[in-house]
Amino acid sequence: MSMKQTEIIKQGLARRYNAERRFRIYGLSAIICGVAFLVFLLGTTFVNGYTAFLQTYIALDITLADSDFDGDATAESIARADYLGIIKRSLREHFPEVTKRRDKSNLYKLVSSGAQYDLRKEVAENPELIGRTTTFWMLADDEVDVYMKGRIDPAVPEKNRRLKDRSIAWIEALKAQDRVERKFNILFFTNGDSREPEQAGILGAVMGSLFAILVTMLLAFPIGVAAAIYLQEFASRNRFTDLIEVNINNLAAVPSIIFGLLGLAIFLNFFNLPRSIPLVGGMVLALMTLPTIIISSRAALAAVPPSIREAALGVGASPVQTVLHHVLPLAMPGMLTGTIIGLAQALGESAPLLVIGMVAFIVDIPGSPLDPGTALPVQIYLWADSPERAFVERTSAAIMVLLLFLVAVNGLIVLLRKKFERRW
Amino acid sequence: MDRNDFHAIHIWKVLMHKIAKLALLSSAIAVAGAANAARDYIQIVGSSTVYPFATVVAETFGKTTDFKTPIIESTGSGGGMKLFCAGVGENHPDITNASRRIKPSEFEKCQANGVTDIIEVKVGYDGIVLGNYNQSEQLSITRRDLFLALAKHVPNPDGGESLVPNPYMTWKDVNVELPDVEIEVLGPPPTSGTRDAFAELALEGGCKTFDWVKAMKKADKNAYKAACHSVREDGTYIESGENDNLIVQKLRENPKAFGVFGFSFLDQNSDVIQGSLIDGAAPEFENIADGSYPVSRPLYFYAKKAHVGVVPGIREFLNAFTDEAAWGDEGYLTDKGLIPMPDEERAKFGADARALNPMAM
Repeated sequence: MSMKQTEIIKQGLARRYNAERRFRIYGLSAIICGVAFLVFLLGTTFVNGYTAFLQTYIALDITLADSDFDGDATAESIARADYLGIIKRSLREHFPEVTKRRDKSNLYKLVSSGAQYDLRKEVAENPELIGRTTTFWMLADDEVDVYMKGRIDPAVPEKNRRLKDRSIAWIEALKAQDRVERKFNILFFTNGDSREPEQAGILGAVMGSLFAILVTMLLAFPIGVAAAIYLQEFASRNRFTDLIEVNINNLAAVPSIIFGLLGLAIFLNFFNLPRSIPLVGGMVLALMTLPTIIISSRAALAAVPPSIREAALGVGASPVQTVLHHVLPLAMPGMLTGTIIGLAQALGESAPLLVIGMVAFIVDIPGSPLDPGTALPVQIYLWADSPERAFVERTSAAIMVLLLFLVAVNGLIVLLRKKFERRW
Repeated sequence: MDRNDFHAIHIWKVLMHKIAKLALLSSAIAVAGAANAARDYIQIVGSSTVYPFATVVAETFGKTTDFKTPIIESTGSGGGMKLFCAGVGENHPDITNASRRIKPSEFEKCQANGVTDIIEVKVGYDGIVLGNYNQSEQLSITRRDLFLALAKHVPNPDGGESLVPNPYMTWKDVNVELPDVEIEVLGPPPTSGTRDAFAELALEGGCKTFDWVKAMKKADKNAYKAACHSVREDGTYIESGENDNLIVQKLRENPKAFGVFGFSFLDQNSDVIQGSLIDGAAPEFENIADGSYPVSRPLYFYAKKAHVGVVPGIREFLNAFTDEAAWGDEGYLTDKGLIPMPDEERAKFGADARALNPMAM
């Protein structure tokens, strides 16, 4: 009898080992799948985007004649001078063989339309340059930049290219004279949005996101934690609090655009706050993150062992003291985890910002939550929709910046959480 | 409780204090700011087709003047009109862009809400292109064939005067001279102004070539519009969102497919895609400008006269937009794909804009 039992066990052993192995393989392949998708996503983003961190510049000998400044370099004449004309003249002098009107207009397009403003700034800062010939590194046009990055194939028939054979010949000539160089694209990190890809930067969107998320945090975190404490520790359980609980759980699953419409109705139409400002964006995102924070905070409070409360009450602490001095610090790590999830979601959100006017072309960098601003996901959306080829790489670069931004915000909260982490 | 716990509690208290203070401060700033914020920048809403042009003007305006750069939202022509006509005052936009003229109903709504003096500025033309991958065969098609290929209901192929659900599956079915390729067109959804214009100019243009359908217009205008503007929903016309770039990418991957998008996207991606000839005219700058390319539409923007002098820079912005350096034959807007108006038209609308003459409907 007992022999038989061990026989039965032995017979089933191989099958059970196999089942074990199979289960591990399933788990492992699920993880490999996930990692493969992540690597593909990050890989394509990086391959498409890393070139955006370099920008082509063209060195031109610029002669700032006294006559360009009415013979007298005052602050006013420096501000008013025709820098575009000066750059055009320099290009003509460099390529004296270009005489036809159409060719000339193509020649002028080698240099970015923003170069004149850079030159103006340079001259305003160094007026002693007037009357001399200096070599300036001028921002190249986006077409030139795309060509230098090997994304225009000269083998394609000329009529199907935006950059014509002549332009390519000029670029090659400049290249042979070491007058074309790819430098680190600092403008991408210091400029606001622009319709010229070579001048477009991410700073405006970063600041907009920062202000919006700050407002969200300052509103959603205290309100969410306070609501959770009251519901979990003080409120009596009755139909009314049950109703509130059901509602909060439902709100956590409501699509974000609904919160945007709510924000439009309350903040814009009722309180008459202006459109397109990060303050309103932050308030809308706060509405959206509140349920997440409340739910996770309640769970964290519930996880604090009752012995802590009883001990505190036992030595004479009042209920408020018990919660604020003992329960809350212990629940903090869990609450911060909920906040991370909520804020990360809010950072990547663009739908609710659409209806309150933050999906907009905004050049000036916001200096406060009350200045008009966009957000990073919105900037990615806007660039992805732009026809210019050079925006493709900038879109990917902006995605990288958004990911970094997310990592930074999450890292900060993880640090805070570590600080409060308690084990018992 | 050990020392560490006291430490944590202390940090917690300080943190809580700071958060409470910050929250109070920020809400105070918010209320104060919202109460006395005089808007010192121009706010523009409206068409996504005019957006690429308006943004360039706005950026140049911001760089060359002391005014702040105007804020431009792309809300679509209809959405823009709704916001624009909602009223006068800082909380309402100053300018709306439109890829069609303002409708009488919208004009009346504006008037009812106190937006009485509206300055109408026509800025130029935009062509709508039927394009495909440039390694594929270039299509030359008439508007009549385009209508037969894409309309939901078409005149009975047996010649009878009735509408039947569109039976054509390949371009060759429509017209034996066209290639033997399945009909597959990627285009914008009904919310798009480009779609409206495409339906009105291309499909209705082809629809009208059937005399008995044209006669319907007098008898039953709604039935006529339903017949001429409805796009088929059996999977041959694929709605691809408002993102024209996405359509361009998909065309490269699917050489058999065609796409419907604005001329500026063809202009920027001519190394990948080619435009089809419509009624014998290629979608080229000159053909759109002189009107021989049939699928082109005017672009407008509308400004509130009541805001001039209240919101700084509106008059100067109008001048900047109507400057020859911007919308002229050689202006920087042509680099972005805008088709300029003829000289006389530019002179007329330019003068009206500079004099702030309100429009009449």
